Amino acid sequence: MSVKVMIPTPLRVYAGKRDSAEFSAATVGEALSGLTNQFAELRKHLYTEDGKLRAFVNVYLNDEDIRYLAKESTPTKDGDTISIIPSIAGGSSETAD
Amino acid sequence: MATTTQPQAGTKPATSLTNEEILRYSRHLIMPEVGMEGQLKLKNAKVLLIGTGGLGAPLGLYLAAAGVGRLGLVDFDVVDFTNLQRQVTFGTSDVGKPKSEAARERLSNLNPNIQIEALETKLTGENALNLFKDFDIIVDGTDNFPTRYLVNDACILLGKPNVYGSIFRFEGQATVFGMPEGPCYRCLYPEPPPPGLVPSCAEGGVLGVLPGIVGSIQAMETIKLILGAGENLVGRLLLFDALAMKFRELKLRKNPNCPMCGEHRTINKLIDYYEFCGVRGEEAPGPDVQVPEISPRELKSRLDRGDDLFILDVREPHEFQICNLKGHLIPLGELPRRVRELDSSREIVAHCRSGKRSAEAVDFLRKAGFRKILNLKGGILAWSDEVDPSVPKY
Repeated sequence: MSVKVMIPTPLRVYAGKRDSAEFSAATVGEALSGLTNQFAELRKHLYTEDGKLRAFVNVYLNDEDIRYLAKESTPTKDGDTISIIPSIAGGSSETAD
Repeated sequence: MATTTQPQAGTKPATSLTNEEILRYSRHLIMPEVGMEGQLKLKNAKVLLIGTGGLGAPLGLYLAAAGVGRLGLVDFDVVDFTNLQRQVTFGTSDVGKPKSEAARERLSNLNPNIQIEALETKLTGENALNLFKDFDIIVDGTDNFPTRYLVNDACILLGKPNVYGSIFRFEGQATVFGMPEGPCYRCLYPEPPPPGLVPSCAEGGVLGVLPGIVGSIQAMETIKLILGAGENLVGRLLLFDALAMKFRELKLRKNPNCPMCGEHRTINKLIDYYEFCGVRGEEAPGPDVQVPEISPRELKSRLDRGDDLFILDVREPHEFQICNLKGHLIPLGELPRRVRELDSSREIVAHCRSGKRSAEAVDFLRKAGFRKILNLKGGILAWSDEVDPSVPKY
């Protein structure tokens, strides 16, 4: 089963500049593992040190928040899209450091 | 401090339009969805814009043009040259002026029939409730997490809609929070990202048109809320990817356990949002780590003396193209796997734009065993100020 994971702009830099990646996965958690295995740098941005999804990163299966489904054990089916939606705050002044 | 453009709206709601207003708003008036009734609703509406920058520009222009009767403009910032690429309310002659006042002048020229207040102040937990209470709708066009949470909480405490928009490079988000039946910002993001994990450094920047699009969506939602027309974005997060030119939509649910808008509210007053977000103020975010430094002048005199110094530039390649100090380029993110390109027996001076990323690089290299490594204090910006003004600042 092929599941597409959409990578948001702020995290693309840790994912080889890709905007999406496809994985064979039976659950949301498996797809996210596939993603962080392929792009190891992403892991610390998505998970805490004890392996929990970070509170400022929301994960959606199609258009539903997985917190209101079965979280990372939510089953996926062929053709599903998983979106990672981090909080972004920009509005007026964007500066580089 | 507030300056106000006349005419002063009376306490009584307006029940008619002048002939000039009828002509001005004729393209609204001939639409059944607006009509005279809707235009009077706009005239009697009071909208507070938090931020007059990228999102605030189209918001202010369209809401003023549409005839929203009272607009408050909260901003403590001053117009600078880097704003003009996207903050289309301002002109080159506005550089150096307070943004709220420059925006008030522009908007009152656009529509002299409305009342515009320039509120040149920083929104804080102390003043937010007092500022918000006289307005019907709050529009969040800020650029930082502490203010986002502050605007959210103040709106929930006062029961006011919060028209939300946010942008990053070429991606935007918009929704409406704070409606009784809908979620709030804390339902979506219970906690802010810890500082340092927020991609901000080399990935900063924003395509100038993007805030124009997202701010226009916020303006449209604001007008729909005033008119009571159509379906607004309550419970829906609109995502916009400008590069792919795609809009997507996600469902936003009200979290029954939300500490702010849930059944059992545990946050009953405004808190210290900088502490909540783990940041102290926004000005001059100095290096997060303390590392040995060298000042631009000191570096210049050592280079002039012929000292053997290896200049390491940890910015991104596109920044190197803007200006550089002829250093060896290894972007901060690539440093761990390219560390072998560096000779730990030579003295290294690391630099970036402002000194923050290079402080991280120096910290990383020291932990990797490098001993003779210094951070260029203030980065290429300080180099331009103190040593070589021909190096452009960006």
